[in-house]
Amino acid sequence: MIDQSTTRPTIYFDHAATTPCDPRVVEAMLPHFTDVFGNPGSRNHSFGWAAERAIDTARRQVADLLGADRKEIIFTSGATESNNLAIKGAAAMYQKAPAGSTSRGHIISCIIEHKAVLDPCQRLEKEGFDATFLHPGADGVITADMVESAMRDDTILVTLMWANNEIGVINEIPDIGALCHDRGVVFHTDATQWVGKMPVNVKADNIDLLSMSGHKIYGPKGVGALYVRRRRPRVRLVAIQEGGGQERGYRSGTLNVTGIVGLGKACELFMNEMDDERERLYGLRKKLEATITSRLDNVQINGHPDKRLPHLTNISFGFVEGESLMMATKEIAMSSGSACTSASLEPSYVLKGLGIGDDLAHSSLRMSLGRWTTPEEVDYAADAIVEAVVKLRALSPLYDMYKEGIDITKIEWAAH
Amino acid sequence: MAYGSKVIDHYEHPRNVGNFGTTQEVKKNPQIGVGLVGAPECGDVMQLQIRVDAETGLIDDARFKCFGCGSAIASSSLATEWLKGKTLDEGMAIKNTQIVEELSLPPVKIHCSVLAEDAIKSAIEDYKNKNGIQTTETKAASAH
Repeated sequence: MIDQSTTRPTIYFDHAATTPCDPRVVEAMLPHFTDVFGNPGSRNHSFGWAAERAIDTARRQVADLLGADRKEIIFTSGATESNNLAIKGAAAMYQKAPAGSTSRGHIISCIIEHKAVLDPCQRLEKEGFDATFLHPGADGVITADMVESAMRDDTILVTLMWANNEIGVINEIPDIGALCHDRGVVFHTDATQWVGKMPVNVKADNIDLLSMSGHKIYGPKGVGALYVRRRRPRVRLVAIQEGGGQERGYRSGTLNVTGIVGLGKACELFMNEMDDERERLYGLRKKLEATITSRLDNVQINGHPDKRLPHLTNISFGFVEGESLMMATKEIAMSSGSACTSASLEPSYVLKGLGIGDDLAHSSLRMSLGRWTTPEEVDYAADAIVEAVVKLRALSPLYDMYKEGIDITKIEWAAH
Repeated sequence: MAYGSKVIDHYEHPRNVGNFGTTQEVKKNPQIGVGLVGAPECGDVMQLQIRVDAETGLIDDARFKCFGCGSAIASSSLATEWLKGKTLDEGMAIKNTQIVEELSLPPVKIHCSVLAEDAIKSAIEDYKNKNGIQTTETKAASAH
C-alpha cells in the first residue's frame, strides 16, 4: 500500500496512460521468447508452424473481443501505428483525385482527438486533402448530428475516438457509424481507451476501422491491432509499411509474436471479467468523485456527467495549480492538464477544446483507476487530494479574492 | 518533474504566508506595498506584500500568497525571506538569477524566478507611489 518512507508514488491512478501487464498475460508470453521462438512466416518447418498457431490463437482472441472475424485483424506496433495506417491508408485508397491535385477528398475529425489522429489528419491536409475538425460542446461529446452537418459530397473518411483519453467522454459511435454507412463514407474509430472497458461489436456498432493498443488493457507495450472490415462494406487500405507482405500486405514486417500472444491473452481475459470489472471500477470512481466534490467547493468534473468511461475522471480544482497539487500528493501517480507538467507551457488542448478556461485547465487532474485499485487506495487518495487542495488554497491569492467577492476574470492581468 | 531540496523545503514549509489584511485594507494602508503579478491563464499568480518602517526605511515584514507550481511557490517564499530587513533600494537590487541559483531552478522554471523579481519590484513601486517617493531610476539619473 502506501510507503511513507519514500517519495515514490505508491498508488497508481494513471491507467489511461498505461497499465501493468497482467501476470497471466506474461505467463502466456514467456514460452515465445525461448522455446516457441519461430517466425510465423517460416512455412516449411515446425518452428514456424508453432509460431503461426500462436498467432492464429491471438487473432481469434482479439477478434472475439471485438465481435470481428479473424481475417479482419491486422497486428501493429500499437494504436499510433493503427491510427496512421487507418487514416493515411484509407485516404490514399479512397481519394477522389490524384496526388498533387487540389481537394483529393474531405476528412472529418475532432479538435479533442489524440495527437495520433490529429497529426495524420494534418499531414493529409498538407498533401491536398480537406479536413474538418469538429468542436464538441461543453460536455465534450461529438454527436451524429454534428458529423452530419459537416458531411460534404466529397467526404471520404470520418475518424472519431470512441472515448477520450483525457476526460473519458464517450462519442455516439454506433450512430455516427450508421450515418457514415448511409453516405458511403469510411468510418474509423480510435478505441484505445474504450476496448477492455466497454463492450464492442464492430458489426452492430457500424465500425469500418478500429484501432486498439495492448498496453492500455494489461497487455504488453509495442503491440496493437487494427480491425479492417471485410464485408458490407469491404474496406481496403493502401499499406504504409512495405516489405515482406505480412498481415495480408497491410503491414509488412516479422510479427511481434510475444507481444501478439500477450495482446491475445489480455483480450481473452476480458471475455469473462470485463462486466464485473466495469461495475467495480465505476463504483470506485463514483466514490472518489463523491468524496472530493462533497468536501470541497469550486470543484468541477470535466466532460459529460454520464457519458464517460467507468474508470476515469478529470477534475478541475479552482484556484489551485495542477502541478503543485501533484507535488502535494506525490504518493499518487496521476496526470495533470497543467502546462507546467509538459514542455509546451500550454495547458491541455482537450480541456480548452471543451471551452474550459486556461485557469481551470491549469488546475486539473486526471485520475484513471485499474484492475488492482482497491477501495482503500481510493479513500486514501481522496483524503490526500482534499487535504492538498485545502493547503494550497490557503496559499492561493486567487482563493482570497474569490472569498472577498472579487471577480478574478475582471482583473487586468499582465500576461507573461 | 524532479525538484531540488530547497524548492521542496519552501514548498512544504512556506515562509511568511499571508497578507496584511483584505484587499481594501492594504490598499488604504500607507505602510504596505503590494505586488500582484502573473495571470491565472498562465498558471502563475504571485501576491507579495511588504510592510515598511517609515522611520528606519527598512522593510520590516513581508508576506506572500502564490497560485502556481512548486517552483513559483518556493520563489515567492524565498523572496519574503530576503526582503525582510532590507532597504527599498536593496530590495530593488534582488535579481531573478540569484533566486535561480539559490533554489537550483531548472531552465523550464526560470520564469518563476522572473515573476518573483517582478513581484518584488512591483510591491516596492506600490509602496513608493503611495508615499510619494521617487523611483530608483529617477534618483539614479539625478545623482549622475
